Amino acid sequence: MSKQRTPAIDGWFTTDGNAPTLLGTRCTQCEAIFFPKENFACRNPACTSTELEEVPLSRRGKLWSFTNNCYPPPAPYVAADPFEPYAVAAVELEAEKMIVLGQVPSDVKVEDLSAGMDMELVIDTLFEEDEREVLIWKWRPAA
Amino acid sequence: MSKEVAILGAGMHPWGKWGRNFVEYGTAAAHEALADAGIEWKDVQLVVGGDTMRNGYPGYVAGSTFAQAMGWTGIPVASTYGACATGAQAINVARSHILAGFCDVALVVGADAAPKGFFAPQGGERVTDPDWLRFRLLGATNPIYFGLSARRRMEIYGATREDFAQVKVKNSRHGYTNPRSRYKKTYTVEEVLDSPVVSDPLHLLMICATSDGGAALVLTSMEFARKRGIDPVKIAGVSTVTPQYPNTTLDMPNFSTDSAAGQTLPDTPFMHSIAKRAYEEAGIGPEDVDLAEVYDLSAALELDWYENIGLCAPGEAEKLLRDGDTAIGGRIPVNPSGGLSCFGEAVPAQAIAQVCELTWQVRGQAGDRQVEGARVGVTANQGLFGHGSSVLVKR
Repeated sequence: MSKQRTPAIDGWFTTDGNAPTLLGTRCTQCEAIFFPKENFACRNPACTSTELEEVPLSRRGKLWSFTNNCYPPPAPYVAADPFEPYAVAAVELEAEKMIVLGQVPSDVKVEDLSAGMDMELVIDTLFEEDEREVLIWKWRPAA
Repeated sequence: MSKEVAILGAGMHPWGKWGRNFVEYGTAAAHEALADAGIEWKDVQLVVGGDTMRNGYPGYVAGSTFAQAMGWTGIPVASTYGACATGAQAINVARSHILAGFCDVALVVGADAAPKGFFAPQGGERVTDPDWLRFRLLGATNPIYFGLSARRRMEIYGATREDFAQVKVKNSRHGYTNPRSRYKKTYTVEEVLDSPVVSDPLHLLMICATSDGGAALVLTSMEFARKRGIDPVKIAGVSTVTPQYPNTTLDMPNFSTDSAAGQTLPDTPFMHSIAKRAYEEAGIGPEDVDLAEVYDLSAALELDWYENIGLCAPGEAEKLLRDGDTAIGGRIPVNPSGGLSCFGEAVPAQAIAQVCELTWQVRGQAGDRQVEGARVGVTANQGLFGHGSSVLVKR
């Protein structure tokens, strides 16, 4: 029996199909976009709206910068054992003009990356437990 | 009305790692600062403590913790926290009380006893805390953010690993003779590059350690100093600014920048706005600065700071370094103390320590580290969750 797949956090990203997206919110008054979501009040200081709606973010962007973890991060990160270094990407979403961090799948190393590359969002494993596979968004070079 | 206050005393416990109570380091620094000022604890009229988050409740109320350790005198107290900017906030509280006429003599103290290895967030499960989530969801340690900034300098400005190593080499030569530094060892570029990679392109010796340490200042009104016949070193400007929306700087502990789509960008990006505020208060510009103490959490970040505090244009920092301009003996020495490269970080003490160094420098008391003709110095750092920090010190 396959494990239950659950997102590491609710409401931050979709997991179904071939086109997963990050989920942000957009102010219904000034159209400012937020990721992670703002649910209570618009964070544009010139706007007093408390009405924000969910909006999917761009699935692609340009690689703004990248690095890696050569050592396992501390808790609450659940590091793989044995630990393999993994890359982290900062990707600039064109439409939203914002930079979003994400891990990079384990088959892509820092040596494979360079600024300006087209990156796309994928859903991958954050960690596994006996009963479930916990999912997170990652950035990989676009096909 | 002048907005200057006098620095009459500076004191620091050496930085290191002994695992003792943070209060010990802070009170040692406080006693040294008071002795330096020729002022007794019983004559202090306000105590301001910089908080520490990793030492339990006494760290959350550092002002009163230090007041009790020095001996209760009934004076007003304040405790402040702004991550790495805590010291600047504490200085600003003291300065504001003095300038408002609520006191003439204030003691500012910050100290920490730091854990080994990576800073980790507080325990428990906190899904609304970005500082918890960035570890849980990404494993985004502090060096991850430093690595992203360093890589960005390589990609857009042609910075090299050798440049980053050279920052460490320069600072190690400065800190080698500093009696209070933790690491008294000079390095070569090769030794730095031989250390293991932590977060590419940053090697271990390019990333600052976490340390125990304590620093203190005695600040007074200008009138108090004059009555004692002292022509004091002065704090002429303090910045504790926050970013403006939309903040397009990728800041710890965030997952993302603000969205700039459809928004007007601020005139001055956050990192440039930090020292700018201190310069404006002091009525001077970066061209008037003789030396600077900046937050080299990583060697690459020191290069960012050269640009952020206006020593050069964006993209020019590597040239300043390569030309030797920012070494002692150069045109604009940066981190003559040895910086975090030689001290490691003791969070609430560090911004205060930056001001201690500038104080000794402009007094001509910096010994082997002395910057010739030092009259005006600026500090700069930034604490996570949007805390700018800069103090301007002058003769």
